[in-house]
Amino acid sequence: MFGRGLKTLSLITVALIVGAFAMVFFYAPNDADQGFIQKIFYLHVPLAIVALFGFVAGGVYGIKYLRTGDRLHDLRSYVAIHLSLILAVGALVTGSIWARGSWGVWWTWDEPTLVSFLIVFLLYACYQPLRFSIEDPERQARYAAVFAIIAGAFVPLNFMAVRMAESLVHPRVLSTTGGSMPSDMRITFLVSTVAMACLFITLWKYELASKHATFRLRALKRRLADGEDAWTPNPRRSAAPTL
Amino acid sequence: MPALPLDEAGKYVAAAYLVFLALVLIYVAIMAGRLARVERDLGEITDLLEQRTAEAEDDERETVPR
Repeated sequence: MFGRGLKTLSLITVALIVGAFAMVFFYAPNDADQGFIQKIFYLHVPLAIVALFGFVAGGVYGIKYLRTGDRLHDLRSYVAIHLSLILAVGALVTGSIWARGSWGVWWTWDEPTLVSFLIVFLLYACYQPLRFSIEDPERQARYAAVFAIIAGAFVPLNFMAVRMAESLVHPRVLSTTGGSMPSDMRITFLVSTVAMACLFITLWKYELASKHATFRLRALKRRLADGEDAWTPNPRRSAAPTL
Repeated sequence: MPALPLDEAGKYVAAAYLVFLALVLIYVAIMAGRLARVERDLGEITDLLEQRTAEAEDDERETVPR
C-alpha cells in the first residue's frame, strides 16, 4: 500500500542527492564574501525548508484526520512531524557549525531567524510526549491532530514574522530578488532543495510502509494467538499511532 | 568577519556534511532494527500457523472412522 513506487523513488533520491552534492563541490563557485564555508548553505537551508514544509504537511494531515476520522491520516501526520524533527535537528546543527565558522559563535540569541526556528523545533519536540501521555488511541489521535494543525499554522506565521523583522546578521536566501545569487548558485540550491524534498518523501513513505506492515503483522499475530476475530487494542502504550 | 581560508573552512564544511550523513545513517540503522522486529513477528506468525495446521491435521486423523 505505502510501498508502491518506493524503489523508483529511492533511486531518484539517491541520484538527486549525489548530483546535488557534486554540483555543490564541482559546479557552484565559492562565495565572494564567505568563501568555501558557504557550501554549508546548500545543506542547511534545504534541511530547514523541508523540515518546515513537513511540519505544515503534518498539520494538513491533521485536518484530514479530523474531517474523515481515518487513522491512516493520523499516521501520515505523525510520520511527517517525526521526520521533520529529525531534519530540524540537522538544520540546527549544520547552522551552528556554519555560525561558528562565519560569526565565531555557535549560537546567537539576538537573531530572529535562529530563535524562531528553535521555538518551532521546541514546539514540535512536545508532540511526541503529548502523544505518549494519552493512553486512549482515539483521544491521542484527536489531540495530536489539533496540536499538529495549530502548530502547523504557526510555522508560516512565524516565517512571515521573521521576514518582517529587521535582521542584519542572518543572510536572506528566499527573497523577491532571489537572494542576489548568481544563476549557477541558484540552480545548485534548487537541485539541493529538490533532493532534500525527495529524501523526505522517500523516508516518509518508507516509514509509513514499515509501520503499516508492523501494525498488520501484530494484529494478525494477536488474532492467531487468541483465536479471536475481533480487534484487540495494543497493550503497550506508545506515542506512535495504532491502526 | 573575513572569509575563512580553505583549510580552515573545509573542516566546518566537512563537519556539516558528516552530520547530515550521520543523521541518515542513524535513521537507516533504526529502520533496520524495526525490519528485524517485523521479521521476528513474521517468524512467530509462521510458527503459530504451522502449529495450528499440525493440530488441525491431528484432529482430522482422530475423527476419521476406521
